[in-house]
Amino acid sequence: MKHLIDIMELTTAEIDQMVDTAKDIIANPAKYAEKCKGKKLATLFFEPSTRTRLSFEAAMYELGGNVLGFSEAQSSSAAKGESVADTIRTVGAYADIIAMRHPKEGAPMVASRKSTVPIINAGDGGHNHPTQTLTDLLTISREKGRFNNLTIGLCGDLKFGRTVHSLISAMSRYENVKFILISPDELRIPEYLKHEVLEKNNLEYVETTDLEGAMPELDVLYMTRVQRERFFNEQDYIRLKDSYILTPDKLENAKEDLSILHPLPRVNEISIAVDDDPRARYFEQVLNGKYIRMALILKLLEVK
Amino acid sequence: MIIGKIEDGIVLDHIKAGEGMTLYKILGLDSLDCQVALIKNAESKKMGRKDILKIDQLIDVNLDAIGYVDPGITVNIIKEGKLVKRTHIDPPEEIVDIIKCKNPRCITTTEQELQHVFKLTDKENGVYRCIYCESKAK
Repeated sequence: MKHLIDIMELTTAEIDQMVDTAKDIIANPAKYAEKCKGKKLATLFFEPSTRTRLSFEAAMYELGGNVLGFSEAQSSSAAKGESVADTIRTVGAYADIIAMRHPKEGAPMVASRKSTVPIINAGDGGHNHPTQTLTDLLTISREKGRFNNLTIGLCGDLKFGRTVHSLISAMSRYENVKFILISPDELRIPEYLKHEVLEKNNLEYVETTDLEGAMPELDVLYMTRVQRERFFNEQDYIRLKDSYILTPDKLENAKEDLSILHPLPRVNEISIAVDDDPRARYFEQVLNGKYIRMALILKLLEVK
Repeated sequence: MIIGKIEDGIVLDHIKAGEGMTLYKILGLDSLDCQVALIKNAESKKMGRKDILKIDQLIDVNLDAIGYVDPGITVNIIKEGKLVKRTHIDPPEEIVDIIKCKNPRCITTTEQELQHVFKLTDKENGVYRCIYCESKAK
């Protein structure tokens, strides 16, 4: 039985296969409408995340399956002190597959070691969020038609932003990918990522604080939010939250086929005025999230 | 300084100077009833200074713990006053319940019964990471 805990557990061939399935779902939705009939997905959200949960639920419904679960720890037995392992073994008796979000890092891995059904990590604290990365990859594939030969700008909170870390790791396996890492000094990517991923794979990367200076080179611009919940210190959050705000004038020197992505939700880091620019692809990205989760559910349930 | 000869026991030699007490704690030597000597900053031709641990009893030492603290340590087994075995330790691929994860966001902080497992992720630099949250062992 397979689980998805960390994006790097998937080979590039498996990612290609899921991206192809997702594209086929988009082209032929009717073909998939009953693929999971009689199957149940449990969404166990020990920490609220409305959009990720809804995306999973919509994905399962569109495959003809059913959904059960909870959306916060208070309404689960975790509030009574039950361990993750016990919760998972119980839910495994009711559901065929589990999507789980938990505030503690590594909780889905603990779950996967005890589970009798496939576990999908739907986010564990600031650690991993592999289905967001799959969403990003499907979006890049649909927008650019390739994973190779790309210059990717990542902007905002590169220190705590788990989506950024996972995307860098996932893209590090493709050829001729260059990263431009745009952030305030305090929110630069962690050293381990530089040493163990970028430098180990001989990847070209530049660290800069200058978004506009980097703009002309970019094929993809991945914006991120400075997340309040990742800071222990409120003052640091307030000082850094408005560091980079994308506005139409900053896009003046951007390529015509630039794709602007954002894992959402945004606060103010992309001005609403950018939404009408055809290069803004973040709402398509949301939709892609549903399709790639459908492909993932099919893969883990081994539905042909 | 003279510390007596061991008849039956273990000598952990070539411990990096200053690491002797770490190893003493990790191996749980404080709970032994036999004589244990920790020699700090002993002179060493090879290392300049080193620490040495002498345990006056043949106990089961956790070789993984030794390999984690310092793979350069030599384990000497003494029986009837003679050296019967000398072992050099490779850094273990995985260590279980030897150190605890210090990341306050790690699941091991709330699930008390979980084993603390670390994997060797960078052999060259001796980096171990928690298998749950991937934090570097400190």
